[in-house]
Amino acid sequence: MLFGKLTADAFKHDAIEMGANLFMLISLLGVLAFLIYFKKTKWLWKEYLTSLDPKRIGVMYIVVAFLMLFKGLVDGLMIRAQQILSVGNSQGYLEPAHFQQVFSAHGTTMIFFVGMGVVFGLFNLIVPLQIGARDVAFPFLNSIGFWLFAAAALLVNASLAIGNFSAAGWLAYPPLSGLEYSPDVGVDYWIWSLQIAGVGSLISGINFIITICKMRCPGMTFMKMPLFTWCALGSLILIIFAFPILTATLGMLSLDRLLGMHFFTTSFGGNAMMYINLIWAWGHPEVYILIFPAFGIFSEVVSTFSQKRLFGYTSMVWAIAAITFLSFIVWVHHFFTMGAGANVNAFFGIMTMLIAVPTGVKVFNWLFTQYRGKIRFTTPMLWFFGFVITFTIGGMAGMLLAIPPIDFQVHNSLFLIAHFHSMILTGVLFGFFAGFTYWFPKFTGFKLNEKLGRCACWCWTIGFLVAFMPLYTLGLMGATRRLNHYDADTGWQPFFIIAGFGVALITTGFIFQVLQILVSIIKRKENLDTTGDPWDGRTLEWATSSPPPVYNFARTPIVHDTEPFWDKKEKGDFPQMPYEEIHVPKDTPLGLLIGAFSFLFGFGIIWHIFWLAGLGFLGIIVCMIIRLEDKHPEYSLSPTDVMNIENKLQGTKS
Amino acid sequence: MITLSETEDRTVLGFWVYLMTDCILFATLFATYGILYKNTYGGPSGKELFDLRLVMAETFCLLISSFTCGLACLSAEKYNKVKTLLWFGVTFLLGAAFLTLELSEFAHLVREGNSWERSAFLSAFFTLVGTHGLHISFGLLWMLILCIPIFWQGINSTCFKRLTCLKLFWHFLDVVWIFIFTFVYFMGVL
Repeated sequence: MLFGKLTADAFKHDAIEMGANLFMLISLLGVLAFLIYFKKTKWLWKEYLTSLDPKRIGVMYIVVAFLMLFKGLVDGLMIRAQQILSVGNSQGYLEPAHFQQVFSAHGTTMIFFVGMGVVFGLFNLIVPLQIGARDVAFPFLNSIGFWLFAAAALLVNASLAIGNFSAAGWLAYPPLSGLEYSPDVGVDYWIWSLQIAGVGSLISGINFIITICKMRCPGMTFMKMPLFTWCALGSLILIIFAFPILTATLGMLSLDRLLGMHFFTTSFGGNAMMYINLIWAWGHPEVYILIFPAFGIFSEVVSTFSQKRLFGYTSMVWAIAAITFLSFIVWVHHFFTMGAGANVNAFFGIMTMLIAVPTGVKVFNWLFTQYRGKIRFTTPMLWFFGFVITFTIGGMAGMLLAIPPIDFQVHNSLFLIAHFHSMILTGVLFGFFAGFTYWFPKFTGFKLNEKLGRCACWCWTIGFLVAFMPLYTLGLMGATRRLNHYDADTGWQPFFIIAGFGVALITTGFIFQVLQILVSIIKRKENLDTTGDPWDGRTLEWATSSPPPVYNFARTPIVHDTEPFWDKKEKGDFPQMPYEEIHVPKDTPLGLLIGAFSFLFGFGIIWHIFWLAGLGFLGIIVCMIIRLEDKHPEYSLSPTDVMNIENKLQGTKS
Repeated sequence: MITLSETEDRTVLGFWVYLMTDCILFATLFATYGILYKNTYGGPSGKELFDLRLVMAETFCLLISSFTCGLACLSAEKYNKVKTLLWFGVTFLLGAAFLTLELSEFAHLVREGNSWERSAFLSAFFTLVGTHGLHISFGLLWMLILCIPIFWQGINSTCFKRLTCLKLFWHFLDVVWIFIFTFVYFMGVL
């Protein structure tokens, strides 16, 4: 069989899917036409696709994440629309099977491709600059990590065009996700896109952990590291501990499906609860992997815009350490209803409540930082206020859910959905938006439009409250998650309609953000950042020009304080040492190729086209060998080259 | 002792961290095996299936290969190309012997109708032991990839970083095997 399970049927779709495919195709052709018309293809290839510069890789992460955010948002809109319409005699506009794919895709997209995308995007952009490093520890691994992530995102989108996506929810619980109940390729798409993205995350995680541990500039001890980098470190430790569990668990599920094994099947002694335990042993730390960077961003933003040193630096660091540890011993709270017994549930309930303590420490530290500060109400600050209110509401709901008897009542209800959207949507996304606005000038050389940013923030915050507060009520009224139809006499419809308005408001916010980026690019002359320090910043990333040169810092910074740049500005301490020779990694297309081959590998396994999978695997190995044999992966910039680049940067500034 | 430069030191530490993630992967498989090993679903248990003599032979292959791998790296430190290649050759053969024995055990089980499809216990067994075997195969492939340039170009400074990583990988697999031997085979037969 040349094409495995792939037949012409895989290309047959209903009108909605065809529309989505057409849209993707037209957008792709549009981008290509744009690039060719403006003769930018070579620029894109040279400056981005083959680049090993973490700043470029970070930008690519964020572009992919934004595209996936659009997709996830459309999925969310579709879910809301279906639940508004599908009452009583009306069955809505989505077939049940299609509806199931939509909610599965929504969760998968938002967590793995938006959340992880912005997290690694910001790590790439910010961490090397904040620790005063010129590069990451392993630039090539960094490129592989990104391209695996991109290949996996492509695989998720490919399921729209060829075959179908998983209909088993975003975590694909067996036995539903087993071969018996999900015989088509949907779950395989889910498994292999996550497997590829997961390996990418693991590789990048190792890279950044070594970067932070080994490449800090002289004087920057661990307790002098900026808070964002500390949060990144916490997140990275969680990544290297949690992602291998995901890899193993997905591996076992795919062995069940591919080779007929019986890890999680209902007969032959399989144990489906083993999967639920394992997936949450990864899944709970994953929540903190996503939220830590947001905590870090808010720490930077609040301190910068209050023009004060961050309150309680040491307690912040210990709070991160405590959350890192506690996040591994709370996983059972995702399924108190499993029946682990009162004592086990009590333990996990108490541990869950304990996490509120370090999180509360953080929230109060942010508030105390503002006390007697000279607060500037910029867009990032506005995002912070939106976050702190909604996040606290979500946290309170979380405390309720941590009590097993209450959890039994609202388990898998919309109450839970409202809770975790309060945490992840306003935590991770608002945090990212704050960071995006805050660091945007550093990498483009101009600020984002404030007015449109404020509009976006208000729409998102109010939209969020309108969309999710009714869900708390609905949950208490008994509405469960993932409903594609309900009876009219439940009285739920008005709440769903209100929630629908909220999502429409969120979408308006998203449109404002797209407008904001476009308007800012067109009117960039009005908001130019010529100093490299547009916000009067406190950490090292503001000590270099915007955008930074490829080597980040012409002279390696020497640090004496937790807020090194602020310290230097106060003391006027900018020593003019002679420039030194700098080594910079050369561009290589091998990372891109490895991504492409892993796409083929994943696609081959999904459709049982084993020769294609073999080809993909072989391609990866060959690329690795070519890289190993590359004797000169770096080039060097002589002190004169550095001086020329620096003079040019100075020239554009004045 | 070889002294590694700053970047090489970084690579070795990064590789250590990778090994620890691999350790967690194995821990997950061990935990699953620990949960599922009683679920034989009427099929044979480990006691009926495992042949300790064969497993002993596998163990010796692997332990001795770890020793020869160490000898190969010591020879490399002295820039002794012939000895390095010789000891890596022995290591490779022992690794290959281990793999052959393991595959013959698997083939025997499958022939008797006790494949991974028979019960959850056998699924967990094949996956845990098979994952270790897969790692060994990667180690062998890696050894080949590293030894070919040594054969052509001799030993130079770039080799050390790679050899150090390979050595760590090989010893790590040895440690994992000791756990498999103890928890899967030995306690299975008890």
